[in-house]
Amino acid sequence: MKFGVVVFPGSNCDFDTFYVLKDVVGQPTTYLWHKDHDLKGVDCVVLPGGFSYGDYLRSGAIARFSPLMQEVGEFAEKGGLVLGICNGFQVLLELGLLPGAMLRNKNLKFLCQFVHIRVENEKTRFTHKGKKGQVLKMPIAHFDGNYYAAPEVLKEIETNKEVVFRYVDEKGRLNEAANVNGSLNCVAGLVNKRGNVMGMMPHPERASEALLGSADGLVIFNSMKEMHDR
Amino acid sequence: MIDKKILDQHNLRQAEYDLIVSLIGREPNLTELGIFSAMWSEHCSYKSSKLYLQKLPTKGKHVIQGPGENAGIIDIGAGLALVFKIESHNHPSFIEPFQGAATGVGGILRDIFTMGARPIALMDSLRFGPLRLAKNKSIMDGVIAGISSYGNSMGVPTVGGEVYFHECYSLNPLVNVFCLGIAEKDKIFYARTGGSGNSVLYVGSKTGRDGIHGATMASAEFGKETEQKRPNVQVGDPFKEKLLLEACLEVMAKGLIVGIQDMGAAGLTCATSEMAAKSGTGIEIDLDLVPQREEGMNPYEIMLSESQERMLIAAEPERVKSVQDVFAKWDLDAVEIGKVTEGGKLKVWFKGDIAVDLPVTAIIDLCPVYRREYREPARPKPEASTSPYPLPKDYGKTLLGLLASPTIADKEWIYRQYDHQVLTNTMLLPGADASVLRIKHTKKALAMKLDGNSLYTHLDPRGGVIAALAEVCRNLACVGARPVGATNCLNFGNPEKPEIMGQFKEVTEGLAEACAAFNIPVTGGNVSFYNDTEGISVYPTAVLGVVGVIKDYRKTVTPGFKKEGQAIILLGENKDGIGGTEYLKVLFNEDKGPPPALDLKREIAVQETCLKAIEAGLIQSAHDISEGGLAVCLAESCFFSQDKIGCRIDLKDDLRPDILLFGEAQSRIVVSVQVSKMKKLVELAKTKEVPTTVIGRTGGKNIQVGWRGKKLISLPVRQAFKAWKDAIPGFFKID
Repeated sequence: MKFGVVVFPGSNCDFDTFYVLKDVVGQPTTYLWHKDHDLKGVDCVVLPGGFSYGDYLRSGAIARFSPLMQEVGEFAEKGGLVLGICNGFQVLLELGLLPGAMLRNKNLKFLCQFVHIRVENEKTRFTHKGKKGQVLKMPIAHFDGNYYAAPEVLKEIETNKEVVFRYVDEKGRLNEAANVNGSLNCVAGLVNKRGNVMGMMPHPERASEALLGSADGLVIFNSMKEMHDR
Repeated sequence: MIDKKILDQHNLRQAEYDLIVSLIGREPNLTELGIFSAMWSEHCSYKSSKLYLQKLPTKGKHVIQGPGENAGIIDIGAGLALVFKIESHNHPSFIEPFQGAATGVGGILRDIFTMGARPIALMDSLRFGPLRLAKNKSIMDGVIAGISSYGNSMGVPTVGGEVYFHECYSLNPLVNVFCLGIAEKDKIFYARTGGSGNSVLYVGSKTGRDGIHGATMASAEFGKETEQKRPNVQVGDPFKEKLLLEACLEVMAKGLIVGIQDMGAAGLTCATSEMAAKSGTGIEIDLDLVPQREEGMNPYEIMLSESQERMLIAAEPERVKSVQDVFAKWDLDAVEIGKVTEGGKLKVWFKGDIAVDLPVTAIIDLCPVYRREYREPARPKPEASTSPYPLPKDYGKTLLGLLASPTIADKEWIYRQYDHQVLTNTMLLPGADASVLRIKHTKKALAMKLDGNSLYTHLDPRGGVIAALAEVCRNLACVGARPVGATNCLNFGNPEKPEIMGQFKEVTEGLAEACAAFNIPVTGGNVSFYNDTEGISVYPTAVLGVVGVIKDYRKTVTPGFKKEGQAIILLGENKDGIGGTEYLKVLFNEDKGPPPALDLKREIAVQETCLKAIEAGLIQSAHDISEGGLAVCLAESCFFSQDKIGCRIDLKDDLRPDILLFGEAQSRIVVSVQVSKMKKLVELAKTKEVPTTVIGRTGGKNIQVGWRGKKLISLPVRQAFKAWKDAIPGFFKID
């Protein structure tokens, strides 16, 4: 499985994602420069976290216009695997590849902390190595992670099981305190209808080695890797 | 045409002006005067501190670069070097907390990557007045948001630091920012021009009118008019800096440049004259070529602007195009604005005329050095043999009060606003004894800590700073790291006051003594004087940053108890004395001395015992005893435990129980060990002549402390944890 990590100006989790995919998960991985029109033949595109273009406007609002995003859009259209992490998720929302939008965190502060998320849909190409209801521990680090969607959109994504992860407490229970950023329906990660594009606010690449406090993020990378091997 | 009023505006004395005239053989024009004013300011020239800083030990077999460059460099083997430094941004952070702190972060990051290192960690030492005052809260909120905004956007984790509260910082907050980067040992860059004929390139953001005379502002006391100085504070653009970081590291990796210097304090003035002076060359630039974002700027403004995110590069002429290509890739300006020349002159052209024509040595090397008048601080009086303070009625309640005091309380509300995990190296979350980062592709880990105790240094400048350095090293020992180098930020009041100079002299001498004893080279640092507002000075505040190495990251030890039923052992011994403690401050609102005495020989032996025990795998957890004493140390060891394991302690010392629980006697570490390994640890300690006492066991859900058959404390861990955890957020609740 060949992975490509997109580098926007202001991306800052590009190195981390690259490191995990190549050195921890052991897959061929390459960087994709935002100004190019070349996906270098990768099987999966990862949009990493960071502050693309400084995020002085809405997070991800400028990055969606990067030249490479045209190819990424077409790639997704053809069923290519696309994962957006944190700022990458925000870019996917701005691109319209996933529904909804991000608001400021409910406490109006940047939040960097470990959270727990529950696997809601284990039948995706990103989660099939996990179990339904499994609780994963991984960090978040964002200012705008408060998921919002119009009521009819929210209803639709719930009906179609597009919500892949929800913020929960360590025992897997939904509650106000565990939903740290205030997301509607505690949404932490979403997949598109077709199941080939996923966005998530927590950082699986920061939770892929036990020495960093959790290796639960590997559920996602290993799912993506094995999907291709089959 | 240059009169007293102009000199006053430039914060220059008449004698200094006379010296300038004699050095250059004529009267300077206004731009030239501005250049001298900035470069001869206390902030840039260290004219009051130089004599004392020379006493610090700066050499060691692993030191690649000591003081005098943008940052110090230490060799850690395997072809890698650590580049680190600390800087103050106190004055700007008081005037405009958000931008002041943000640009402090931006400045120290540039100091690190200008040397060819990728920044991998930030830490901050922050000091504020009491949070019951709204003004202090708003300063703190702004400072933290500023740090968060800049560091997070840059993708450099803020992995730790310290936050300390005291009345003396009420209108004088201190914001000291530390950054550490990692470089390949043979790819380090310096502020050099190479030979004459090389091209001088301006890279990064455009120049505006912001921050003019920032360095001069930071070299004077503040009065009521200070709020009017807001335009002197620079405005940061972390996105630009992130691009600048990547572009600079790329031209360095490709070997396209000769030398590089960041434009920090005194901007273009400092970068041009320092690069030339250090290389024994001259430099000639044309201001019409400098990218500007405002119309009609004059030479004075362009030369003294402190606009952020700019660098000056020297490159061989045939490489200029390649350098520009890299910067274009990152959407940044890279404009050739001049040449390196022979003859040691800084020549500046503006609209076809010479605007500046000065010998660079006059600007950089010939600034006067002052042996300022000083008054030795009064020696702390020994403590009375019987404590005048009544014993607490309820020791549990007293402990809860201490845990909720903001200096001791949990700082998660602060550090969770910082991205502390980006770059995926952070092994220990902020709050532990020291921050620990693995070094990818090696077995090593780095540990670092920033700390200072201004209450101690206020009461006893010399002894206080020795204790502070000892504590930083003890913190490193607790995680299993041996120190390799130190940096320091010395924050003081007005050096023209003899009592302030006396404090400074004592602190630097004490620091020199302590660094020599611990065999730690000081590779650089920063002095911030004039931390006075409306005539009130901050306590002398020496913030010490020490970096250490852990040979095998798997051996890293953390402060929390691990399992029930393990032995809790005190390394070192409980001693008499309550002076300088957080306990006196919180309970009796007294800053009284003397602070606890320190025996360097014992301290080193305790640290060595802890390190050896960690290396031998004997220890499950280690936490040092500092502010709040033994009781707070025990409580925190429970809090840091994943399952919030409690402890049962039984003390027998012949001491007053308040002193025993809350005294801050030095050279003590609380460790937990498997019962089967107790004997080995005790034997190891004996070889170092370190006393050990088994004081109890881990287990249960309570913090239980008994003394000579009397129950002193019995608190549920959860209740104590809540007091500690909720204290700081409580001040910032939105109703």
